Amino acid sequence: MVNYIWVGMTIIGIIFALVNGTMDEVNKAVFDGAKEAVTICIGLISVLVFWLGMMRIAQESGLLEKLSRLFRPLVKKIFPEVPENHPAMGYMLSNMISNMFGLGNAATPLGIKAMEELKKLNGGKNSASRSMVTFLAMNTASITLIPTTVIAIRINYHSASPTEIVVPTIITTVLSAIGAILIDRYFYYRRSRKGR
Amino acid sequence: MSLSTISITFIPLLIGFILLYGTFKQVPTYESFVEGGKEGIKIAVQIIPFLVGMLVAISIFRASGALEALTNLLRPLMKAIGVPVEIVPLLFIRPISGTAALGMTSDLIANHGPDSFIGRLASILQGSTDTTFYVLTVYFGAVGIKKMGDALKVGLLADVVGIVISIIVVSVIFGAK
Repeated sequence: MVNYIWVGMTIIGIIFALVNGTMDEVNKAVFDGAKEAVTICIGLISVLVFWLGMMRIAQESGLLEKLSRLFRPLVKKIFPEVPENHPAMGYMLSNMISNMFGLGNAATPLGIKAMEELKKLNGGKNSASRSMVTFLAMNTASITLIPTTVIAIRINYHSASPTEIVVPTIITTVLSAIGAILIDRYFYYRRSRKGR
Repeated sequence: MSLSTISITFIPLLIGFILLYGTFKQVPTYESFVEGGKEGIKIAVQIIPFLVGMLVAISIFRASGALEALTNLLRPLMKAIGVPVEIVPLLFIRPISGTAALGMTSDLIANHGPDSFIGRLASILQGSTDTTFYVLTVYFGAVGIKKMGDALKVGLLADVVGIVISIIVVSVIFGAK
């Protein structure tokens, strides 16, 4: 599916450029896109090094395990394939908590560690496991408590009440996360009926 | 602004807590930090090809005008189901580019006012969903997963649900105007 979407976006774009005479823009887009990607990755190095360093301490001190024990009952239902005391639980939880506080910087390294552990659980295969799909579905619906960037923009444009969107955002984000889990469940049961 | 005070204080407090807890449990904190940090470099480099591939395709699609055409094509349909026309481009850009979506959100807020229906809807859309393509590319890329399974389908459908929910929530809480 990714292959089709990837090729599709590129080919449709090129054909479109041929028809509409936007070839100049497309040429520029190729190099700008590549450059932006590398810039993002380089920018991630600092954050990844710092937070993965911190998280190693949290892991070795047993803090991560404590955290996962706290939320275990809820998360166990969402990720039935992950064993209770597995480090993946701790990483997934810290990822979700960071996301809730709008700490995207801290959330990404934790999410990556969680994916690493989930891959180990899946026997190191290079295809996505059920838990990975669930985890990413929840991540794209990103539960946010404080949408800081949006509040900043609203202050910037003189909103009468910049933070009035906080509660609606929380309601929306929780409902869409529930929606994401339900959609994920639907596809899982469809897969298992087909016997994969 | 007590909310932003909480988020400003949260990171330093978290760092302090992790370090104190580690020291208390007699973890060799500095050595552990360096060991963990080394992994960060490896991961960042590993993501590069995944992100380059994805961002180039997205840039081509956008720069060629194809995204705009798709948006225009679906505009009547969106209008029919009650989505304000002005918000349609944001709906399509949100899952594929975080920075472009942020630009569009501030543009909508600037033009329609932060306290208008569109301004509020844009605020909530921006805050309540994430850049699906970026999340999938980075997370799967970092651990070398090549077959994404249903992840993209599920992620994009979840975005659609999120959009519908935010329109309903804004209409119910602030009233449709």
